[in-house]
Amino acid sequence: MSGPIHIQPGETFTLNVGPQHPATHGVLRVKMEMDGEYIVKAETVLGYIHRMHELMGENRTYPQVLPNLSRLDYLGAMGYTHGHVLAVERAAGIEVPERAEYVRAIMVELNRVASHLFWFGAFVMDLGGFTPLMYAIEDREYILDMLEAVTGSRLTYCYFRFGGLYNDVDDDFVNAARAFIPRMRKSLKKYDALVTGNVILQQRLRDIGPISANMCRRYGATGPVARGSGIDFDVRKNEPYSVYPEFDFDVPVYHECDSLARYKVRMDEMEQSLRIIEQGLDKLPEGPIMPKKKPKIIKPPAGDYYQAVETARGSFGIRIVSDGGKNAYRFKLRSPTYSNMHLFDEACEGMMIMDALALMGSLDLVIPEIDR
Amino acid sequence: MGAYFSDIFHGLWSLLVGMSITFKEFFKPVVTVPYPYKTITMSDRYRGHIELIENEDGTPKCVACGMCQRGCPSGCISIATKTVEVEVEVKGEMKTKKKKVLTGYDLNFTTCSLCGQCVESCNFDAIEFSREYNLASTRKEDFHFDLLNRLKERNS
Amino acid sequence: MSLTLLNVIIAVVCAIGFAAINAAYLVWAERRGAGRIQRRPGPNVNGPLGLLQPPADGLKLMTKQLIIPGGADKALFMVAPVLAMVPAIMSFVTIPFSPLIVANSMNIGVLMIFAFASLGGMSILLAGWGSRNKYGVMASVRAVSQAISYEVPMLITVITIVMMTGTMDLKEIVNAQAGGIWNWNLFPVHLKDDFVLQPLMPISFLIFFICSLAETNRAPFDLGEAESELVAGFHTEYGSMGFGLFFMGEYANIVIGASLTVILFLGGWHCPLGLLPGNVGFFLIKVYMLIFTFIWIRWTFPRTTIYGLLNLSWKILIPISLFNLLLQAGLLKVF
Repeated sequence: MSGPIHIQPGETFTLNVGPQHPATHGVLRVKMEMDGEYIVKAETVLGYIHRMHELMGENRTYPQVLPNLSRLDYLGAMGYTHGHVLAVERAAGIEVPERAEYVRAIMVELNRVASHLFWFGAFVMDLGGFTPLMYAIEDREYILDMLEAVTGSRLTYCYFRFGGLYNDVDDDFVNAARAFIPRMRKSLKKYDALVTGNVILQQRLRDIGPISANMCRRYGATGPVARGSGIDFDVRKNEPYSVYPEFDFDVPVYHECDSLARYKVRMDEMEQSLRIIEQGLDKLPEGPIMPKKKPKIIKPPAGDYYQAVETARGSFGIRIVSDGGKNAYRFKLRSPTYSNMHLFDEACEGMMIMDALALMGSLDLVIPEIDR
Repeated sequence: MGAYFSDIFHGLWSLLVGMSITFKEFFKPVVTVPYPYKTITMSDRYRGHIELIENEDGTPKCVACGMCQRGCPSGCISIATKTVEVEVEVKGEMKTKKKKVLTGYDLNFTTCSLCGQCVESCNFDAIEFSREYNLASTRKEDFHFDLLNRLKERNS
Repeated sequence: MSLTLLNVIIAVVCAIGFAAINAAYLVWAERRGAGRIQRRPGPNVNGPLGLLQPPADGLKLMTKQLIIPGGADKALFMVAPVLAMVPAIMSFVTIPFSPLIVANSMNIGVLMIFAFASLGGMSILLAGWGSRNKYGVMASVRAVSQAISYEVPMLITVITIVMMTGTMDLKEIVNAQAGGIWNWNLFPVHLKDDFVLQPLMPISFLIFFICSLAETNRAPFDLGEAESELVAGFHTEYGSMGFGLFFMGEYANIVIGASLTVILFLGGWHCPLGLLPGNVGFFLIKVYMLIFTFIWIRWTFPRTTIYGLLNLSWKILIPISLFNLLLQAGLLKVF
């Protein structure tokens, strides 16, 4: 601790946007070399929350791994459990009744709206406006109350089972969901007027963090990040699974490649999810929620099975390699945010630190999902 | 030149629209529930830690088969049993059979992930989720529940 | 002799007291106002309506340990918070609250207040540099450039008013707006004595308002203390009473900015309709309504970028205020 450090002009200093920082939403460390306020090079360092979910998938039987999948991305847990359940059903050849498929789709879309609402609040809070976070969380409370009345948990639902659901939805849920949809549409209009149209926010996001379509392809980015750069790929439309071909919805794609485009993609996705929920509630058939013939112990035949689903952050893939036993031989999780995050390293060169943090917020990172 | 002024005007107008929205929200009622003074009732299906269910005469329904212990991914449940000999009537004669009886049912709630495998794998409807959410303590031992004792205390 | 010394002592004590009470209870008002805008109660545990929260916070800050980071420049580190608080308190000496309540109405009152405001800018620089923290230095660099850029349109607007009124004495400026609401400097036409045309005055009011937001480091211009990016900006390394003094200095500056706006544009202590004689009540009502608008704006908008902020000042506010100055000078000469 001698005298002050003298930095010569032209030299860079290292700023550690460390594991504990209000803006990184989890434990992410970014080593930035800065020249004044401009970033010369950034390097993300991961691994602070690695909990070995893939290894746990190898050491536990298939039903015992179910709670782990919710802890990956806790904000959009239904989508991840959906992927796992579909993969094991494909491996073991279990049929799913139709009512269960429709309820699953409704739950996943409700969870997608909740996840996008939380992203919206946290993103605008990063930019300095603290109020939309409170409004978004209030809207999210309605969704979480609905889901808690059905499943029993608010965040880490362990609701889907191999073959169907744990317990059935009742009329209260259907009525509450129907009442929620117009309220959410009104809120979306409010957010448009308060946040999206605001000149300060547009100046913060327009032309910030350009990520070209080519860059997305090189890194394997999917989800709203790729759709904001003009790549029209949505797993629900391009590789349909479950009961999504029955629904009529659009996939929002913007071509400007900046942060404002990614923001608008997610706001439009919320509206499309509300459309899916409406159609799902209208078409909900009667029937059982678990199949009649369900094996007591799940032992898929030996082979290699892969299932991709569209979660709030991108295309989540799960690959199960089975050797015929009760545990999986290899349980690989393809995390969408892992590919999206490395776009930050390349895209933030030459930006100011304020804009770099706006870019990071628009990528929608949830660190526990990257580190698994 | 015209774009300069129209930019300023549209910018100012968007700011005023935003301000009017927050002004309207100023007069709406407060959403917060003042927690210790008012509590929220949990829904029926809320997942608290598990509890044993009893028969009409107060004994637990659990037959100590151990399916919950085997199904738990985290190993939180420990069952202690003892084998007793009981007299049962088989085809008009009294025979002695060996039966397992539950002597202790411990739950280590610090590792439980509330997945529900135990409740689902029980064939005798012996355990259910409780609605306890108000658990806070400074010691780890307070979360090692002895469910058989809790059942006896509830019934006495 | 002794009477004027007594007057001076009473004036200074009252100025300090007013500043301190405002700084403490404005925090309470801001937290409650922010809470209601966000649909939550704000502080409501300590005392009825949370009114004992500021004394509780003050007690907490005073009993904490003052940590000076190793290698920090001790003199600069200790001087910076004091330099944030003292000019704000000194500026209260020249502000006329009513025809009778004014500590020392000098005939260069406007100049005094702006001289002290520039000292406040120095405190940010010393705080960031003296704490030997990279986040602090970056934040203070931003804050100093912001302070300098927004002093210019503020002063140009004030020159316009001084030119029309003919004096720099704050009391005289308020007296020139006596009568009803139509005499206030806010409106495009000034009917007192002679028919004075001042077409761009509402725009001047807006410019002055935006500049006072920027000078006091309030959102949307709070880059110096941008919480989500730079942890806490230029006061990252300050705990306990150092932080307390910065905080109080910021709120005292807000009161000064609001009072100056009221005096220059909104008629000072005069009643809006000319019915009742002006007194301190009207002044305080106007000041607190303006402060409510400051709070309202803070909790609605996100933060601007540094180049957006500098663009706003140099490309929009300064040309418009210069144009207004020349227009007023021309109109005064002609009519």
